[in-house]
Amino acid sequence: MIKKFINKLIEGILMLSSTVTTLTVLLIIVFLFSEGLSVFKESPLEGDNIIVLNHQNKVSHISSSDIKDIFDQKITNWKLIGGSNDSIILFTFNEINNYFSEEELGPEFEYLPAKMDSLLESQSGMIAVFSKKYLLKSHRSKIIQADKINPYSFINGSEWFPTANPAVQLGVLPLILGTLYVSFVAILFALPVGLATAIYMAEVANEKTRRVFKPVIELLAGIPSVVYGFFGLIVIVPLIQSSFHLPVGETGLAGSIILAIMALPTIITVSEDALRNTPRSMKEASLALGATKWQTIVRIVIPYSYSGISAAAILGIGRAIGETMAVLMVTGNAAVIPHTLLEPVRTIPATIAAELGEAPANGIHYKALFALGCILFLITLIINLWVEFSSKKRRIGK
Amino acid sequence: MLLEDILAKSTKPIKHSNMFKIESKDVHLHYGTFHALKGINMSIEKNTVTALIGPSGCGKSTFLRLFNRMNDLIDDVKIEGQCLLDGKDIYSKEVKIDDLRKRVGMVFQKPNPFPKTIFENVAYGLRVNSITHKSFIEERVERSLKQAALWDEVKDKLKKSAMALSGGQQQRLCIARALAIEPSVILMDEPASALDPISTAKIEELIYELKSEFTIIIVTHNMQQAGRISDTTAFFYLGELVEIDSTKKIFTNPNDTRTQNYITGRFG
Amino acid sequence: MTLFEISRKRLAENIAFWIFRLLSLGVMGILFSILGFILYKGIDVVNWDFITKMPEDGMTKGGIYPAIVGTLCLITGSMIFAFPIGVMSGIYINEYTKDSWYRRFVQLMTANLAGIPSIVFGLFGMALFVNKLGFGDSILAGSLTLGLLALPVIIRTTEEALKSVDDSYRHASLALGATKLQTIHRVTLPVALPNIITGFILSIGRVSGETAPILFTVAAYFLPKLPSSIHDQVMALPYHLYVISTSGTNIKDSRAMAYGTAVVLILIVLILNLIANAVRRYLGKKYKTN
Repeated sequence: MIKKFINKLIEGILMLSSTVTTLTVLLIIVFLFSEGLSVFKESPLEGDNIIVLNHQNKVSHISSSDIKDIFDQKITNWKLIGGSNDSIILFTFNEINNYFSEEELGPEFEYLPAKMDSLLESQSGMIAVFSKKYLLKSHRSKIIQADKINPYSFINGSEWFPTANPAVQLGVLPLILGTLYVSFVAILFALPVGLATAIYMAEVANEKTRRVFKPVIELLAGIPSVVYGFFGLIVIVPLIQSSFHLPVGETGLAGSIILAIMALPTIITVSEDALRNTPRSMKEASLALGATKWQTIVRIVIPYSYSGISAAAILGIGRAIGETMAVLMVTGNAAVIPHTLLEPVRTIPATIAAELGEAPANGIHYKALFALGCILFLITLIINLWVEFSSKKRRIGK
Repeated sequence: MLLEDILAKSTKPIKHSNMFKIESKDVHLHYGTFHALKGINMSIEKNTVTALIGPSGCGKSTFLRLFNRMNDLIDDVKIEGQCLLDGKDIYSKEVKIDDLRKRVGMVFQKPNPFPKTIFENVAYGLRVNSITHKSFIEERVERSLKQAALWDEVKDKLKKSAMALSGGQQQRLCIARALAIEPSVILMDEPASALDPISTAKIEELIYELKSEFTIIIVTHNMQQAGRISDTTAFFYLGELVEIDSTKKIFTNPNDTRTQNYITGRFG
Repeated sequence: MTLFEISRKRLAENIAFWIFRLLSLGVMGILFSILGFILYKGIDVVNWDFITKMPEDGMTKGGIYPAIVGTLCLITGSMIFAFPIGVMSGIYINEYTKDSWYRRFVQLMTANLAGIPSIVFGLFGMALFVNKLGFGDSILAGSLTLGLLALPVIIRTTEEALKSVDDSYRHASLALGATKLQTIHRVTLPVALPNIITGFILSIGRVSGETAPILFTVAAYFLPKLPSSIHDQVMALPYHLYVISTSGTNIKDSRAMAYGTAVVLILIVLILNLIANAVRRYLGKKYKTN
């Protein structure tokens, strides 16, 4: 009886452990998304700042990128954003002394609210952004809402200034494009070389050579990414800088090269396994018909292992997209949409790693970084599921 | 056993060596430390069917694979002695392996069509031998399929996958595939062992007909099959060629008691 | 074509194989140049003082002792958590679940977990362990985060190891009246052990080199003392290398320290790989797994 109970107990414990991975994936989803999605409830204004206009102004809400454009003086007339034809007058605290003397404001800025209110009412086109505490209780001026961060402008926005004043700019397009760009170029480098090595190991090299290659490739896979990053920083970055005569060597190209090297072991091992799965009888049949080894590889082995090779490529891209430290160290981290490989770029993981330390917990920046984490998670999840299901199909196909 | 001894025992008269299509002279083969073939001497005439029989692991398949150098694919194989095709040593340095294999076709134990269309399976050997002329290929595919007695069954579905054919059809397709490059010798490694009796009968009939154009060596486990289709039968045991003689003689009055025991089913 | 003719297809084969051979050697060359360069530049830095002294002068002199200790703490912590759970999970999946939906689901989730980028683990660790559970930046939070990262590796290798044990062992044991648990305990596990240990060692390698998951859960920029409890922050080797090569107070002067740290990291991976291979070979021989 007791023995049976213990057996059941142990089986229960074993089963519980087997749920840990599932639980972790679920918890990751819950935490990542609850933090990440809450960015869309946030106003882009810093702290308790508010936007205040003349009470006659017809504009009732304003987007974060419009705020930026107004303060950058790219938008200079209210009619461009749905108001009447009136030019925009900016009020910034840097210029406060142009309007008021220190005496007028009082020792603790105690007269500021009243002064601000009358200033805004005297200029029909004026806009000011300031803290709520400087708002006059019986204000005549009009407070308007800044639009909350919306998912569309988050994904599609082309400017990433998460600490900008007066309104943060959270457009992740340059980061997404930077990530994909660097990763795809890396695979472009790594796939031909990796595939060639896999074919060499699976079909050409003799047993002795393979016994040397295999552990070396394993070692290549085991080296920490910061070591690759460090190598990139002290060797590849200066090399790129001097050979292309660039102001800085930290570029997308440096990132792609390092990522290509790091993706090699994955590509080599996965595609070598796939090549090895080709039935011996197929290869023998081809050789027996007078095909050379090379013809057999091209006409029989590669078509047969096609789905395994594509899985290798996809997994390689997945690794490259998620790689953090090496990319952070060599790409220069400029959050602009990349046009050439010789410019600094910034990837999603590098952004998170570089900025999370400085983002105050639960602030908008912090939440935006979690939202980036969600995007990264979704991309890699899709890639994993794709590989997993295509390999299932492959197994059933055989 | 010496070549002279074998030839002396043969019912056929000894002639000059280059009338033989295939010869092996004192061939030894080692897999690592395993001595798989121990000094095999054999001569095979043109347009005959030779059956290789013997218990599992006796070396008959290994011997068969000597003649299209399939054993080369295995690491750690050492071959001594001479294997001659039309009087030339096929293991000499000047011989290119793919040219040899073009002249010596092979049909395997299990049907192994490529995962391609029926047409492309038969055309494969032509394509890898740099033949690109379209109508020539079509002609040759049709002829080979007819030779393999498969044409009527597949002529309407040449563009369908070969994997959809039945086992027997697949094996005849593999024979057609081997015939397409016009070899002069065809090696068959238990070609009917994975097939049902009806398909087996078809393959046997086919072998009988192919004899007029090709020299055929066939490994088989099936005594009756060897008796039905072959002119000459060779009995292998533990890596040695025990006896080779006309099929009739082997099955009625073998010289060696081991042969006798095997064909009467005492072991194997 | 005669038997002795050289044809074009053979030329194509030769060219292709030579290209492959060169590219493969190129891959080897890349690896050896990376290793060679770093070892050549950094091996002189690595001496007894380097691995037993505190960093000095804005991390431009002294040693990396606290980072080594920190990394050891993280390895120990994460393995205490991940190894038992991983092995038990692997046993359950391979020995108790037949080809059921549950098994496929757990395997899918394990594969997904393995594919999640390490920085996402960092985010998760920060949100759950550091903030929600209130562990703060600590060895505890860092170890749990790293443990989750290593978990799929251990599960996979355990599963593979058990799968390679021939069923006849199990059947023989069961036929003798042993229970399933006894069979696992006395027959299956001992045979699978070398491969499980190999997986364990390789996951230590993985954990010791990860930076992104510890950035926000445990790693300290500069902390010249040893941790006294699991609630302390620590320095760690990979993070230390990142810091002194990119954002230290004096990047130029700490270059030598950076090379030295990189050498230590490479040596750790190299040694672990060698041990793993040795274990696979020697214990494998003892039990003759296929």
